[in-house]
Amino acid sequence: MTQLYDLVVVGGGPAGMAAALRAKECGVNSIIILERAPSLGGILEQCIHTGFGLHYFNEELSGPEYAARFSLPVESSGITVKTDTMVINISSDNIVTAVNKTDGLLDISAKAIILAMGCRERPRGALNIAGTRVAGVMTAGTAQEYVNIRGYMPGKEIVILGSGDIGLIMARRMTLEGANVKMVCELMPYSGGLTRNIVQCLEDFDIPLKLSCTVIEVHGKERVEGVTIAKVDRNRRPIKGTEEYVPCDTLMLSVGLIPENELSNSMGIEIDPVTGGPVVTESRETTQKGVFACGNVLHVHDLVDYVTVESRLAGEGAANYILGNTTEPAFVTTKGIDGVRYVIPHKINLNYDDDIKLFFRVGQVYKNAKVFLESNDEILLSRRRPKLTPGEMEDITIKKELLEQLSVKSELVVRVEV
Amino acid sequence: MKYDVAIIGAGVVGTLIARELSAYDLSVVLLEKCNDVAMGTTKANSAIVHAGFDAEPGTLKAKLSIKGCCMMESVCEELGVPYKNIGSLVIAFNDTQMHTLTNLLLRGNQNGVQDLRIIGQDKLRELEPNVNVNAKGALWAPTAAIICPYGLAIAAAENAVTNGVELKRNFEVKNVSTEDDGTLVLSSGQESVSASYVINSAGVYADKVAKLFGDNDYKIIARKGEYFLFDKKMDGLVKRVVFQCPTKMGKGVLIAPTTHGNVIIGPNAEDVDDKDNCATSAKGTEEVLKTARRSITKLSTVDLITSFAGLRAHNANSNDFFIEYSKTNKRVIHLVGIESPGLTAAPAIAKYVCSMFMDVAGKQKKNRNYNPVRPEPVRVKELADEQLRELIEKDSAYGRIVCRCETVSEGEIIDAIRAPVGATDVDGVKRRTRSGMGRCQGGFCGSKVAEILAREMGVDINTITKSGGNSNLLYDRTK
Repeated sequence: MTQLYDLVVVGGGPAGMAAALRAKECGVNSIIILERAPSLGGILEQCIHTGFGLHYFNEELSGPEYAARFSLPVESSGITVKTDTMVINISSDNIVTAVNKTDGLLDISAKAIILAMGCRERPRGALNIAGTRVAGVMTAGTAQEYVNIRGYMPGKEIVILGSGDIGLIMARRMTLEGANVKMVCELMPYSGGLTRNIVQCLEDFDIPLKLSCTVIEVHGKERVEGVTIAKVDRNRRPIKGTEEYVPCDTLMLSVGLIPENELSNSMGIEIDPVTGGPVVTESRETTQKGVFACGNVLHVHDLVDYVTVESRLAGEGAANYILGNTTEPAFVTTKGIDGVRYVIPHKINLNYDDDIKLFFRVGQVYKNAKVFLESNDEILLSRRRPKLTPGEMEDITIKKELLEQLSVKSELVVRVEV
Repeated sequence: MKYDVAIIGAGVVGTLIARELSAYDLSVVLLEKCNDVAMGTTKANSAIVHAGFDAEPGTLKAKLSIKGCCMMESVCEELGVPYKNIGSLVIAFNDTQMHTLTNLLLRGNQNGVQDLRIIGQDKLRELEPNVNVNAKGALWAPTAAIICPYGLAIAAAENAVTNGVELKRNFEVKNVSTEDDGTLVLSSGQESVSASYVINSAGVYADKVAKLFGDNDYKIIARKGEYFLFDKKMDGLVKRVVFQCPTKMGKGVLIAPTTHGNVIIGPNAEDVDDKDNCATSAKGTEEVLKTARRSITKLSTVDLITSFAGLRAHNANSNDFFIEYSKTNKRVIHLVGIESPGLTAAPAIAKYVCSMFMDVAGKQKKNRNYNPVRPEPVRVKELADEQLRELIEKDSAYGRIVCRCETVSEGEIIDAIRAPVGATDVDGVKRRTRSGMGRCQGGFCGSKVAEILAREMGVDINTITKSGGNSNLLYDRTK
């Protein structure tokens, strides 16, 4: 039998919870969250380090603490939560099919859907690292789960490839647990992680960060016995003669996150090839009417605080859609050029009743840069930034007054100039 | 205990021989040096049922591969193994290669391959719109097929065990002795097994095993081939197996769909000294991709899921299979150089070896309880809604999805562990259920699979391995 809900939220991590709570605040009463893990909280549950909430709560919280700021209100709000429940299909008429142990197969008909499935880590295969297929090659997130949730050591002598935040956090975590983290290798000439993590997780523990360096081969018969690293040139190709054998029992990978859009793809939602997530409006509505997306399924965030902000927009957007509080749309599109890799949202409604923040990410490191927001070659805004890095998301706010001056023909362009 | 027959090596050939012998009233033991069946060439190859136009007419290889190709569909059906008769194409880019196709056609006709024909550019374009526009024509073999090779070996082993065969894993035959009455004693160092007859189907190591019986003339060269596996998003890139013209090192780089909906490309060919060397290399990668792009010019690596290498058991002394009695003892049969199309030939090889055995041992009584059918395991992903609903009602474990990429439930993983030849390590679960085969490559489900294995086997999770031996996933507890 098909159950009816006004709003179905797919995923009970930080994005799904914040979106559901915001929709509830906005007056939507019948909401269900479907979560594949045994509890709400998503990946935050295994992030036992602190550093969460500095922006949103002005407090320094651990991952589980940050999650609890949302899961407790969700539990007392009357929002239905089904955990250990996997969504396996969403039809074009918004019927969500999920499966779990107690209900078996569930069909839920929704007025609106919020996609909040998060992201996954790029595995070894996607990088095509040569060598043997031995035990001991794992993504940093998998290692984090073994250590923090299950309480087991996945390795003792460790090389980390990729200086994304999870890799940096795990370098520190493994060191604190008594492992020897020999080095973090980074393909790019700069780290993809937050500056504070490089300082607090590597420098404080004297763990070398080797920039423009990669792992070219994995050695071992059964378990990893070592890796060969090499320096790379400007085109990221290994330089002959720079190879170095590093004995170790574990290779941890922190080489990028990929939004998990299998459901979005099967629904035919348009995906931005740069972000790997759906194309959305300022309310985070996808190209399918009534279907919204937020959090890491939309684009990979470096801070959960921003996920919360974004997810509240999606929750509010879904609420407005369900309650019929929508304005006549007059969309302008956004675009990043000259070093700006992407801009979220992709479309903004000029009739939107508030200021709009454009989030964007740059493709390389810039110092003393200027960020411009332009339309039809006319500069609307400019902001000075001492440093821009690919690892840190940036934003620029368009005030409502400015929004009102724009016409539907004006494409909004964000660019960087040094 | 003394067995009638001991089979050394549980690859696709050894397991199918075991199954064949299990139809008779015989005690059979299957010895495998690894922690699971299908761990050698069987788990890393092109997964193709060849039509049979490659082998030299009149050779054993030609005879057995044609016969195997004809048998494969019904064997797969009995054993519940995926099989898709999609056909194959050998594409040619110039007149010399078109001439090669004519020769292959001729040879195929001599070998008795059905429905083989050469098609021109237009027909090729119609059949395979993504193939390089410069291809002039192709040899089309509609009888070729794709299968799941390790699935076939696992199913054959299970069926054999259900019919009474005993499987001993982690049993490497290191010593052989003969007792006065002719009984052969095979020893691993820790354990020994006595048998009246021995069948050596040890793959790349068949020459080494043959030496234990005093047969010193065989030489197998391990010929490595590297492969790439692409995401299911690429499904439809080619609809058939697309080969290029063969060279003296083999049938060259192919592009093919897999029975699970991925795309596979490979292999290259490189002779290696170390018969355990399944490492991939940057050079191999480049070679395979470069060659594959001759067939599909726009092949992108964006949707690459994984790469791996396998070893072919290349017969240094002949292009043919050697399937013969030991020169010292007719109670021993060696299978040497079972390289491509060995998978295709495997069901026919099993019949052939069985009759060789009976030529010496005499006609055997049938096993009255023999059942050739191995039921196909439940696949939640393939069930209709109503079936899935009923299944979860009966056993709720099918309602907990463990592998999100391939939609594999806890129930299927438990089935794989409790099966007659159950998985005992994470890769074993992966081969049986596809948990971890998807785009995240076990990032999310790996630890859950290890947890289920530990629970089912009644051991601590830090004793669970990736693939037996010292391939442990975890060390001690954290501080």
